[in-house]
Amino acid sequence: MPQPSAMEQLRQLKEQAITEINARGDSATKITIGMGTCGIAAGAREVMHALLHELEALNLDATVVATGCVGLCSQEPLVDIEQPGGLRVTYGKVNPQMVPTLISEHLVKGHVLTQWAVARGSTTPAPVRPQPESVRSIPTYDDIPFYGMQVRIALRNCGVINPEEIQDYIVRGGYEALGRAIFEMSPEEIINTVKQAGLRGRGGAGFPTGLKWELTRKAPGDVKYIICNADEGDPGAFMDRSILEGDPHTVVEGMLIAARAIGATEGYVYCRAEYPLAIKRLQKAIEEAHERALLGENILGSDFSFDLHIKQGAGAFVCGEETALIASIEGRRGEPRPRPPFPAVSGLWGKPTSINNVETWANVPPIISHGAEWFSSIGTEKSKGTKVFALTGKVNKPGLVEVPMGITMQEIIYDIGGGIPNDKKFKAVQTGGPLGGCLPTSMLETPVDYDSLTSAGATMGSGGMIVIDEDTCMVEFAKFFLTFATDESCGQCTPCRVGGKRMLEVLTRITDGKGTMNDLKEIDQLAKTMADTSLCALGQLTPNPTLSSLRHFKEEFLAHIVDKKCPAGVCTALLHFDIVADKCKGCSLCLISCPTGAIEGARKQVHSINQDKCIKCGSCYDVCRLDAVIKS
Amino acid sequence: MEMTASPSVNLSQVDSILQQRKGEMGAVIPILQETQEAYGYLPREVIERIADTMGLPFSQLYGVATFYSQFYLSRRGKNIIKVCDGTACHVRGAVRTVDTVHKDLGVSPGGTTDDYNFTFEVVYCLGACALAPVAVVNGQVKARCTAERMRQTLKEMTK
Repeated sequence: MPQPSAMEQLRQLKEQAITEINARGDSATKITIGMGTCGIAAGAREVMHALLHELEALNLDATVVATGCVGLCSQEPLVDIEQPGGLRVTYGKVNPQMVPTLISEHLVKGHVLTQWAVARGSTTPAPVRPQPESVRSIPTYDDIPFYGMQVRIALRNCGVINPEEIQDYIVRGGYEALGRAIFEMSPEEIINTVKQAGLRGRGGAGFPTGLKWELTRKAPGDVKYIICNADEGDPGAFMDRSILEGDPHTVVEGMLIAARAIGATEGYVYCRAEYPLAIKRLQKAIEEAHERALLGENILGSDFSFDLHIKQGAGAFVCGEETALIASIEGRRGEPRPRPPFPAVSGLWGKPTSINNVETWANVPPIISHGAEWFSSIGTEKSKGTKVFALTGKVNKPGLVEVPMGITMQEIIYDIGGGIPNDKKFKAVQTGGPLGGCLPTSMLETPVDYDSLTSAGATMGSGGMIVIDEDTCMVEFAKFFLTFATDESCGQCTPCRVGGKRMLEVLTRITDGKGTMNDLKEIDQLAKTMADTSLCALGQLTPNPTLSSLRHFKEEFLAHIVDKKCPAGVCTALLHFDIVADKCKGCSLCLISCPTGAIEGARKQVHSINQDKCIKCGSCYDVCRLDAVIKS
Repeated sequence: MEMTASPSVNLSQVDSILQQRKGEMGAVIPILQETQEAYGYLPREVIERIADTMGLPFSQLYGVATFYSQFYLSRRGKNIIKVCDGTACHVRGAVRTVDTVHKDLGVSPGGTTDDYNFTFEVVYCLGACALAPVAVVNGQVKARCTAERMRQTLKEMTK
């Protein structure tokens, strides 16, 4: 039975938040601007300054709110304008020059600028002012698959709230789950709820979260730790960054709930140093939480105490592996160790530790608030809930999306992502980061969940999805991943340290045109050895992208080995550059750009390439404006 | 890895950092990070001082400093150019941006120009993948930084 004083604490927390929000003097007119790292990189700060300047100059009443990533990165900088009685409209690719017009037309006169608008709210409840036909032609959020197909649980607040104001989080139901966890639920009930919800680790391995907590709780010892793995090292993945930048409190609250369930009094967020904005926002969130007795001693007046610290990574991909991460916090080289013992039994400083990924933590408060049944009603039988994906590469609408498990690749890439740009053909989608695999056209109908992807030879990984088209060479692509993995190998165990290098040598031979059929056997043997004998998942999975490429694109490997040709026109050693005589006007741009002086020709005369001197760098191809240089 | 031995390194900064973090659990890496922030890199004398003060073998600290790519044991340039060659950027032409910096500045990835004006690095994923190709120039993230944009940027910086 909830104690009156405990619920009173929560009620007061919410009331205080509402009072503070009211005291801010926010206008009813809200202008939201996406200020995650990518928004800022696209120029959102300059747009925000322009907005503030214009509003002040015209003495207009409106509040500008900086939020985290909305996820529609292809349209950054994104600006939303919301007025009472009017429709919410999202404008995309906003630059400072557009701001005066936006303000004078939309804000002052109420004319929506349809040519710049990306999406709008629906017309129910009916707005006070009738909307012209042109406005109705702007698609609503529900109409656009990018928005309409998403189910935002982990991202529920991203792009909506100001991540640097705890009041925004509280007013939308934040920390209510924590209240329930402290005052209404026993630790066992919390763990059972998470177990029944079916939440699996979102970092890549997909281990059942509730079970992990249970093991940690049951492990002997009084001192226990909670860790958030925010090392997101997979190139192509930025889900965790967006959550930390857009809604840091959801992670804090998730960790608090786990700490309560497990019996931990201290926690660490290990965040890679390449995410300075995420670290800054998390730092602020922790300070704010302390101020309101949501962290520290006697949380919300109870006997539960928990402290949260931030540790910065130092640039090592392998530190995303849990035992390497622990070593890093302890001040050692990030070298994984064999398991068992698992961190749940012996982790940080030898104590039972539960490590979970950022996105996993973000799912915890909603599960406690809305219940296990709600969560398990979404997704598939063995993969419950949603997953956040970072869709990038050769796709029209790159960005961040959260969709129910079980959606197909086809739907994500074509419906949500808008297909392949420039009329190019889809070739494959790479999932699971540099240790994952690729899915070709024939497998586009694969449902996206842990088990389906694994049986298809790919992996879910942390959620990075990179789309590639016909211009990507699958052999070079495999070599790219190998280069990365061998670079990041901690060097401790021979299979990974040496095996990776040998495999890279093989692929380099092949892309240099010196490959033989025996190389394919060597790849197979190396892959088996590394998978069987490497100490950690980095070594075990390093061969995966190569094996996956071979499995689906063997003909490309054979073209490189047997025909000494690169069908995609990428591997420079196998390319042949020529100047087409009837297109060349003799402008000499290519001659000037050539680093080895391999191009000959007088001005206004047709030029030619001396193949003996040509190093196939492609400068002439890049520089020619008449398409007179061809590569084959 | 080459270490720069500086004739007279002022140790008061590192001493102050060590004092502030005395007794803290898991302080080794944060101390190295703060120290690098203060000195621009990690001079040998400074690592020795940290080892002495914390009671750790120098070899152990050296092992940690050389393991993580964030730590530099030799002096760096005034301007730091990082080009991302993560998967999404790679697929969107990062290699050409890398080549451009290599050609225009005359320095290979990981190196510093002779006049210590520029340090050039290739990194693997800054997390802004939807705006690929991405580069970071002196801490500022440059989205959609194609080879041409990079060339422009470098021109402006070397004026």
